[in-house]
Amino acid sequence: MTHISVKVDGTTYEDDVEPRLLLIHYLRDRLGLTGTPIGCDTSNCGTCTVELDGTAVKSCTVLAVQADGSEVTTVQGLAHDGEWTALQRTFHERHALQCGYCTPGMIMAARDLLREHPHPTPDEVRHGLEGNICRCTGYQNIVRAVLDASEEEVTA
Amino acid sequence: MSETVEREVGRARYRKEDAHLITGQTNWTDNISVTGLLHLAILRSPMAHARIDRVDVSAALERPGVIAAFSGRDVAQEMGSLPCAWPVAEGTVVPDHPPIAVDEVRHAGDPVAVVVARDRYTAADALEAIEVDYTPLPAALDIEGALADGAPLVHSDKGTNRCYDYRTSDGDYAAAKAKADIVLTRRYHQQRLIPTAMEPRAVVVTPLAASGDFTLYSSTQVPHVLRVLLAVTTGIPENKIRVVAPDVGGGFGSKLQVYGEEVITLMLAKRLGRPLKWTETRSEANVATHHGRSQVQDIEIAARSDGTLLGLKVSLLADMGAYLMLLSPGIPILGASMYPAIYKMGAYEFSCTGVFTNRTPIDAYRGAGRPEATYAIERIMDDLAAEIGMDPVDLRRHNWIRHDEFPYTTIAGLTYDSGNYEAATDKALALFDYDKLRAEQADRVEHADTVRLGIGVSTYTEMCGLAPSRWLGEMNYAAGGWEAANIRVLPTGKVEIITGTSPHGQGHVTSWSQIAADVLGVPFDDIEVMHGDTVLASHGLDTYGSRSLVVGGVAVHEAARKVVDKARKVAAHLLEANEADLDFKDGAFTVKGSPEATKTIQEVAFATFSSHDLPDGMEPSINAEHVLDPDTFSFPHGTHLCAVEVDTETGAVHIRSYVCVDDVGKVINPMIVEGQLHGGIAQGIAQALYEEAVYDEEGNLVTGTLADYLVPGAPDLPEFVTDRTETPATSNPLGVKGVGEAGTIASTPAVVNAVVDALRPFGVQDIRMPCTPERVWQAVRSGKEASA
Ligand code: FES
Ligand code: FES
Repeated sequence: MTHISVKVDGTTYEDDVEPRLLLIHYLRDRLGLTGTPIGCDTSNCGTCTVELDGTAVKSCTVLAVQADGSEVTTVQGLAHDGEWTALQRTFHERHALQCGYCTPGMIMAARDLLREHPHPTPDEVRHGLEGNICRCTGYQNIVRAVLDASEEEVTA
Repeated sequence: MSETVEREVGRARYRKEDAHLITGQTNWTDNISVTGLLHLAILRSPMAHARIDRVDVSAALERPGVIAAFSGRDVAQEMGSLPCAWPVAEGTVVPDHPPIAVDEVRHAGDPVAVVVARDRYTAADALEAIEVDYTPLPAALDIEGALADGAPLVHSDKGTNRCYDYRTSDGDYAAAKAKADIVLTRRYHQQRLIPTAMEPRAVVVTPLAASGDFTLYSSTQVPHVLRVLLAVTTGIPENKIRVVAPDVGGGFGSKLQVYGEEVITLMLAKRLGRPLKWTETRSEANVATHHGRSQVQDIEIAARSDGTLLGLKVSLLADMGAYLMLLSPGIPILGASMYPAIYKMGAYEFSCTGVFTNRTPIDAYRGAGRPEATYAIERIMDDLAAEIGMDPVDLRRHNWIRHDEFPYTTIAGLTYDSGNYEAATDKALALFDYDKLRAEQADRVEHADTVRLGIGVSTYTEMCGLAPSRWLGEMNYAAGGWEAANIRVLPTGKVEIITGTSPHGQGHVTSWSQIAADVLGVPFDDIEVMHGDTVLASHGLDTYGSRSLVVGGVAVHEAARKVVDKARKVAAHLLEANEADLDFKDGAFTVKGSPEATKTIQEVAFATFSSHDLPDGMEPSINAEHVLDPDTFSFPHGTHLCAVEVDTETGAVHIRSYVCVDDVGKVINPMIVEGQLHGGIAQGIAQALYEEAVYDEEGNLVTGTLADYLVPGAPDLPEFVTDRTETPATSNPLGVKGVGEAGTIASTPAVVNAVVDALRPFGVQDIRMPCTPERVWQAVRSGKEASA
C-alpha cells in the first residue's frame, strides 16, 4: 500500500492504495466518482478522460499513485452552482450526445483541445478528438458543439 | 388528431435526458454499489473448439479474498439452456446452450469457469489459478466450409452444422429468367461486425434472501423480455425478479439479449445470498457479446435490356456462430421481405441456410437483416446499370413504385402504406449536385487521373415498427410485438408517462413528452417519462428494430387520448354540459359558445383526486393505459448519395461528400432524428470502409480489442448533409415511421457503390467490405492486369 494525497474536483483525499490501482478505478470505486466511465482496456476509447494538473489524460493509463500530490478534475467537477460550462451547454444544444457514455471523456478532451487551439477549424476539432470514440453520434454534432464553445470564448 | 398537434411535435426540443449525462450524475450499471457487494469474473476459452477434460478451481479458492469458484459442471444442474426465441423454420436445430460450457467449448470466449471475490482485481487475478485441461478439436471456422462434407461439427450430437433451411417465393422466377435479356449473378459478403456499444455489458444482482426476491440491474435493451426469460431459464418465479435497466450506454442490438452472464450472476447471487456484480472488459465484449451480419449472399437478378426488372433470386448462407442466441435464426429472415426493396418485379425467390461455426454467436446488429438485404439489392442494381449502360439513378427510377401507386404490395408480400421515392431522390440529387460530380468523374477518367471519383447511390426502404404480433407468430417467433404506455395525471396536474420501451440514447423521454404534451395540452416541462424498470413499467417489449416510436410512441399518443376522453366526462359533469358540447384546446375544456365556462385538465385532475363531485359511477382517475399492437409495419425510405475519391496508387478512399434525404414520416423532434441518422450513417460507413471481426486459422479473434477493431474516430468520417421529405405513415395516428436504423441500412451500399463506381474503368465489379486500402489497391491491380 502506498499513501497518496490527491485533490479531486476541489476536495483533497488521503488514501492508502495498492501500487497497481488505476486512477479510473480509484476515482470510481474508492471515491465513488462514477461520472467518468470505462469503455476499454487498451486506452483506445477515451471515455475515461479526466484532467490531471490541467491536462487531459486517459485515467485508465495512469496509476492512482502517479496522481499523488496532483489535482484531478472530472466531469463532475465542471459545473458550479448548477451553471454548466460552455462545452456542457453546447453539447446539450447541439445534441452532441445520445447514450452519453462517451460524453464525459469527450468534454474533457474538448477542453484540452480548446486550451491548445482556442479557435480550431472543424478539421482540427476532428483530429483533436481522435483518441475518443463515440459510437452514437457520428461526431458531426460533437464537432459543432466544440466549435460553438470556441466561439463563445471569443465573445465571453 | 387534436388541433394542438403542431405545438410540440415537430420542434427541435433540447433533450431532457442530457442534464445528468453531461454533469456525470449517471446511473450506469457498473456504478451500482451496495454493501457486501462481491465481484464475478469469468474464465473464457482460449480455443475455438475443444473438449473440456478437467476444470480445477481449488487453487483459485485458496487465494485470499476469493469467496467462491465454479465450473460449468458445478452450475449446470441449476440452470437451463439459454433461450432461443426464434426457430424460424420447421426442424430448426436448437443445440444446448449452457451459460457456462460443460463438456466442450465452442468458440474463443465461451465461458468455462467463474470466480467470485471481494473486489474486481482479486477476482480477475484468481482466474489465472484455475486449471483447465482441454483436448483441442477441429473447428468449423467459415460459413461455406462448415457445410462441406466431413466438416468438423460444432455440435456433434446434432450431426450437422446446418441450423435450418428457410424458403419463400412468389411469382415464377424460372419463367421470369427465361424472358430476361440479361441475368446477373453476384456473390456478396457481409463481414462479421462487432457492435461495440461504448458501455461494455454489466450486471448487478441484489438478492433479498428472506423473501426470495431479486433485483437484477443490467445494461440491457430489453428488461421486460429479460425478466420473462430469466424466470424460464432459472426457475425463479417471474414475480420474484425485478429487472432494472438504468442508464444504458448504447446497444445497437447487442444488448437485445438474454446473456449467460445475466443468468450466472443471478444464480450465483442466489446461491451465495450476496449481492454480486459482473462487469465486462472490452476484450471480453469483443469475444462474448454477440456479433452481427456474417453472411454469404448469392444474388441473381433478371431484367430486360431497357432495365425493367423481371425477377430476383436470393440465396443466403447465414452464420449463426456457435450457439443460437435469442433471435439468431430470425435475423436473416427479417431481411427476406426486403430484398425487392422499392422495386416492382414479377417474381422473387428467397432461400436461407443457417450455419453453425465455431465463432461468437451472431444476432441483431443495427438494422438486423435489413442492411444485408439493402446492401445486396442496391449493389446489384448498380451492377445492372453498368451492364446495360444506364445511369444507376435512372435504373432505379425506371423500376420503383411511384408515389401515386401506394399502398403497394410488393412481390415479397409487404404492403407499403405510403412513400415518395421521387421526391426524396430529386431533392438528394439537387443537394448533391449529381450532374456536376458526374462531369468531374468523366473528366478524371479522360485525364487518367490517379485519383478517381466515384458516385454511389442507395435508394432504400426498411420495415420499421417491429410489431404485428400476428406476423411475428406466423414467422414462428415466440413473443409478440405490442407495446404499452401508461399515463398518470397527478393531483397537481403534473404528468407521468411510463413506457414499456427501454431507451439507450434515443431520447424517448423528450420525444414522448412532446407527443403527450400536444394531446393533453400540458406544458412539455410538466411531463416526466419513466422507463426501464419492470416494477415501474409493468409490461413492455422494450427497444429494438426502430420500433420504439412507431409502437411505443404511438401507444403514448393513444393513452393520452384516453386520458382526454376520461377527463372530458369529468369536465362535462363539472361544467354541467354535454360532453359533445365541449371543445378541448390547449389543455382546457370549454363549453361551445360560452368561453368563460372552462375547466383545465389540471383542474379536472384535482377534481378526480378529491373526487368530491364526479359523475355517478365514475372511477376517480383519469389515468390511462394503452397497449398497442399495430396491424402492420411502417416503411421509411430515402436516398443516400456518396462521392468518394479513390487513390488508385495507394488504395486510400476518401469520402468527399455524403448527402441524404430521408423520409421517416412525421417527425417528432428533428434534432433527434438528425442525430439518429448521423450515428446510423457512421455505423454503415464503418461497415463499408473500416470494421471487420477477423479470426485466424485457429479460430482466435484477431480483432479482440479496440486497438485492432477499427471503430472510426472523428477524423475518419465526413460531414453529412441531411435533409428530409415528410410523407406521413397512414398506418398510425401519428404518421410516424421510425428512424433508428435508416442511416446504417442506407449508407453501406452508397459508399461501396461509390468505391466500385470509381474503379469500374479498371474492370472492377466488386470489392469486399471493408474496402480497406489494401483491398482497393489489389482490386485496381487485378483489374488492370485483367484488362491488359
Ligand atoms: S477506458 Fe480509458 S481509454 Fe478506454
Ligand atoms: S453518445 Fe453514445 S457513445 Fe457517444
